[in-house]
Amino acid sequence: MTAAPQTAAADTDPRDVLSIAREQVLERGEGLSEEQVLRVLQLPEDRLEELLALAHEVRMRWCGPEVEVEGIVSLKTGGCPEDCHFCSQSGQFPSPVRSAWLDIPGLVRAAKQTAATGATEFCIVAAVRGPDKRLLSQVRSGIEAIRAEPETSDINIACSLGMLTQDQVDELADMGVHRYNHNLETAKSHFPEVVTTHSWEERWDTLRMVRDAGMEVCCGGIIGMGETLAQRAEFAVQLAALEPDEVPLNFLIPNPGTPYENYPVVEGVEALRTVAAFRLALPRTILRFAGGRELTFGDLGAKQGMLGGINAIIVGNYLTNLGRPAVQDLEMLDELSMPIKALNQTL
Amino acid sequence: MDEFCGWCGKSTGEGEHGACASRLGLVDPPRFCSACARRMVVQVTPAGWSARCSRHGESTSEQATD
Repeated sequence: MTAAPQTAAADTDPRDVLSIAREQVLERGEGLSEEQVLRVLQLPEDRLEELLALAHEVRMRWCGPEVEVEGIVSLKTGGCPEDCHFCSQSGQFPSPVRSAWLDIPGLVRAAKQTAATGATEFCIVAAVRGPDKRLLSQVRSGIEAIRAEPETSDINIACSLGMLTQDQVDELADMGVHRYNHNLETAKSHFPEVVTTHSWEERWDTLRMVRDAGMEVCCGGIIGMGETLAQRAEFAVQLAALEPDEVPLNFLIPNPGTPYENYPVVEGVEALRTVAAFRLALPRTILRFAGGRELTFGDLGAKQGMLGGINAIIVGNYLTNLGRPAVQDLEMLDELSMPIKALNQTL
Repeated sequence: MDEFCGWCGKSTGEGEHGACASRLGLVDPPRFCSACARRMVVQVTPAGWSARCSRHGESTSEQATD
């Protein structure tokens, strides 16, 4: 094993961190260490353009020009017993979000809306600690109904249903769930400030079971929840250690009624620097623009992000928040000459 | 003229609702009925939203953009 000595040497390398990244990440495909990611996050604004260009080169070299497009929908909204401080769906906070269940015809309509954008992924999400029998039964019925429709028969179906037992992992794999999303949300050292009703390790355990069952692992988090830059670097490297197939990057939407309702929106420059830093930590991973980019970036910043390391997007609306109309993102990809990943490339 | 703000649920005749309007236009569907300020049951889907008030019925994103 030579990786550890190399990393230690790189951490103390006096060269500019982008020079190191060019050799280590772009040429060799090895993600940055925690110390190196922190140095990237601390780069001054006048290095941003250079950083984004390198992150884009890394993405093109190790992932290619295709962009993976996904749609998501909330099957069960609100009333969650957990206390994730960013979440408007927690039943523990006075959020205006009320509980709702989407019926099967509604779920199929949502899948059709997603497929119509050219998306290859459709993610079914529920605000729960973990799924009960009723929810799993609803998911099974929903998947069967989606598969029965010609427009959606071959779309990849992902799920995000909270923490799982081994039996539940096996059941979802048996349903043909392609990818499972379970975000670690933030650095392990910051997690107790964000969630108190379960632990980072419990989430990690679910992710390991998902991987072992042969499903793809989707795991990301939210930037802007009071974490330090060092904790952002810690998080990027912890995600890299998980080796996820996909990392969705969200930027905090300060939702009314939640403990974070008065937190500031992450500034665009800081967000772009974070996107690029995560790309340099995760050179081969699908890095997806997710919630909050509309508030953080606006229209222009979204394009910069696509040219700064991102290679996947959620199109349309999110779970309880709205996104840009899908057509705007599709036009942006066309303008950037970035082809949408075709379904046959995912099989 | 709506009587109540769809974002914060307060009277539109009182206070400033510019920030509420910004959020409604960008990232949030309405959560409060504009006629009675009841919290609505809202379902967001990839291409729209529907919001149901127990007293005043359903509204949708299609109606809102008409």
